[in-house]
Amino acid sequence: MANPLVEIKNLKIEATVYPPGEKPHDIVIVENVSLTLERGQVMGLIGESGAGKSTIGLAALAYGRGGIRLSGEIFVNGRDILKASAKSLRKLRGKEVTYVSQSAAASFNPARRLMEQVIETTLLHKLSNKRDAEARAVELFAALGLPDPENIGRRFPHQVSGGQLQRVMTAMALCPKPDLIIFDEPTTALDVTTQIDVLAAIKNAIKETGVAALYITHDLAVVAQVTDEIMVLRNGKMVEHGPVKQIIEAPIEAYTKELVSAHSIEHEEKPPRDNPVLVVKNISASYGGGVQVLSDISVELHPGQTLAVVGESGSGKSTLARVITGLLPPSQGSISFDGKELPKALKQRSLEELRELQMIYQMADVAMNPRQTVGTIIGRPLQLYFGIRGAEKRRMVIELLDQIEMGEKFIDRYPAELSGGQKQRVCIARSLAAKPKLIICDEVTSALDPLVADGILRLLLDLQKEQQVAYLFITHDLATVRSIADSIAVMYQGKLVRYGPKSEVLSPPFDDYTDLLLSSVPEMRIGWLESVLKSRKMESAGN
Amino acid sequence: MHPILKLVAQRIALGILLLFAASALIFVGTEILPGDVAQSILGQTATPEALANLREDLGLNESAFSRYFNWLGGVLQGDLGNALSNNKNIAEAMGKRLGNTLFLAGWAALFSVPLAVTLGLVAVRYKNRWPDKMISGVTLATISLPEFFIGYLLIYFVSVKLRWFPSVAIINDSMSVLEKLNAIALPIAVLTMVVLAHMMRMTRAAILNVMQSPYIETAELKGLTPFNVIRKHAFPNAIAPIVNVVMINLAYLVVGIVIVEVIFVYPGMGQYLVDHVAKRDVPVVQACALVFAAVYIGLNIVADIVSIISNPRLRHPK
Repeated sequence: MANPLVEIKNLKIEATVYPPGEKPHDIVIVENVSLTLERGQVMGLIGESGAGKSTIGLAALAYGRGGIRLSGEIFVNGRDILKASAKSLRKLRGKEVTYVSQSAAASFNPARRLMEQVIETTLLHKLSNKRDAEARAVELFAALGLPDPENIGRRFPHQVSGGQLQRVMTAMALCPKPDLIIFDEPTTALDVTTQIDVLAAIKNAIKETGVAALYITHDLAVVAQVTDEIMVLRNGKMVEHGPVKQIIEAPIEAYTKELVSAHSIEHEEKPPRDNPVLVVKNISASYGGGVQVLSDISVELHPGQTLAVVGESGSGKSTLARVITGLLPPSQGSISFDGKELPKALKQRSLEELRELQMIYQMADVAMNPRQTVGTIIGRPLQLYFGIRGAEKRRMVIELLDQIEMGEKFIDRYPAELSGGQKQRVCIARSLAAKPKLIICDEVTSALDPLVADGILRLLLDLQKEQQVAYLFITHDLATVRSIADSIAVMYQGKLVRYGPKSEVLSPPFDDYTDLLLSSVPEMRIGWLESVLKSRKMESAGN
Repeated sequence: MHPILKLVAQRIALGILLLFAASALIFVGTEILPGDVAQSILGQTATPEALANLREDLGLNESAFSRYFNWLGGVLQGDLGNALSNNKNIAEAMGKRLGNTLFLAGWAALFSVPLAVTLGLVAVRYKNRWPDKMISGVTLATISLPEFFIGYLLIYFVSVKLRWFPSVAIINDSMSVLEKLNAIALPIAVLTMVVLAHMMRMTRAAILNVMQSPYIETAELKGLTPFNVIRKHAFPNAIAPIVNVVMINLAYLVVGIVIVEVIFVYPGMGQYLVDHVAKRDVPVVQACALVFAAVYIGLNIVADIVSIISNPRLRHPK
């Protein structure tokens, strides 16, 4: 075989942007990227959001989202696909190259059964008849560890879990026996405990079928488990390219070193002082009187401290936040704030009680009114709770902007003109403006890139030191918990399985669930995946 | 019970309740019309005694309340009462008219609905290119012109100049279906033009909305042709909004074709209603209004049910 499977030469990707109030202009998304992929080889593309990694992945299918222009040369099986006709591209897509997206839940047509969608490509490209295709799909379902492989194809997408859908999507990509599969963050949307099984299934499938793959992710620890080679990208340019071992153990470029050492915040656990600011006692709650989502939860939080609530999706951690804020009155139990019992429902609480308890959300995008300026957004609590207006308000907004390390120049900008990290900082400033005693942070760093998330965590810790505000920090990310928590509550299926100071919760002996959770956090070493799968005591529930 | 059956039963029960409310509104509406029925039957020269006798006969001296329930009781037993003007049974007279109207509306729907949906699909396929712009332009032009104007234009060109179809749409029982279709070709054309734009635009908008979904990208990356992406992956998820607007237009085809019927002298409900409004024949007007309300509510229930059934989450619960 003389030709490599894929050869990308000097790929350049451009788009035209239409910023509000400015003339449309062209921007370069990816520049001067070249790579070769042999048959059966697995390469990882890694970088932060905006690095252009997904765009490069889709370019291997000669596909550009929303008016993107590709130039350069991309050879797949010896033919330049950027010069190919629409008809010949349709033969490439789904037959030679297939695609697994980040959100399988959104990538399946909700109106059609899984089997129809899995074998659609095989039938479309006339690769086999319907019976053989279905038989192959069932084989793949079994190989990927899906339950009831014979019948799962008859289900609709909403009838299976997210982890299962991601496997079905992998089966869909494997079904037409392609030469190359593009995996675009296939496990990012999953819980850590589910991610590990899906990752193992994908790795296994790649090994068994000998298919080549481009594995795109922002998580270096994940990519280290499945690929042979890694290419690090930043702002559309290649930073470093080499075998996995070299990139992880001996990175050359400064940016790669930074990526390898993200989550380096050290935070000493502080002993509790004073009386607790928040006491949650025997809380139980359910939605609409139906299934109980929280049962008998009791936790305490002291001023200037951080209580991290960890658990996978569906564990009830966000519901706990809703109960504490009064959005969902509990069916049993009580919540005391600063020694006084809080009314259960939001409507019964006084303005002062509302002021002392603020919230920051995961999606900073949707937590701000897109038609208000940063100044208006941050100034609103000042006016509402303290009646501050005019020049005084502006002065305090600038002060807050300085605190979040952004400064006065942002005061007249709109949320759309900010980066993801800046948006989250504005949300932090807005909650600080109310001078609260407790801030509930609901997955505030989950949507951010590791380095940006690190910055936000540092800021939160600095602010805590200055203002003695307490955080209830909800997250599924144990690395974050290690960095910032003073005490930890581990939740599983609405119950508190482990609770105490950080040093106690994170040291053995562990209960089965905490062990599963801790061992599922990807570690940046080769062979981690195999070793952890061998030593597990409990199956993850998300499968 | 299956959740779908429950939802459907709820919708039907609500529809029946709504129909009762509509019947009350219709009755009150005709009640507050100025003028006296007895006076208008007997004319200006009637003697007071004759008026009093007629009022007694018609039951006009009873309270509005008991008259409403008498009327409603009759309606529930299929008795719509007799027309004041000619004392004929309304149900009988209306039956044939309603049949004619449904015949015309049905054929108009048969042409316009598939045409509108197909044009919508084509418009999506060639979004913002000339076929899309042309389809939008032409359908918007036809909806912007009043029905009577299109009607007379068609009569002048197609019927008078070209002599392809008759200008008067009179049908009777002795005609074959083909002859009838020939007779109502022009009214069908006018109605199609009137309802086309609304349905086409909604189909286009609903599908374009679905086209933003990630699963459309999945389908494109499978190598499907653009038209198959729309037909297999976008359309099934856009059925609910499309059916809703189709049903509103079907209801319009039944109850809103008064003008078209009058233009083409077609013996349908519209003509019947217009004639009897002119004669101040309250029972007939009430009966027509009630039938129209029933058609509207019925078609909207159908739209609701189709939307419910087209949702796989409801059809196949976890």
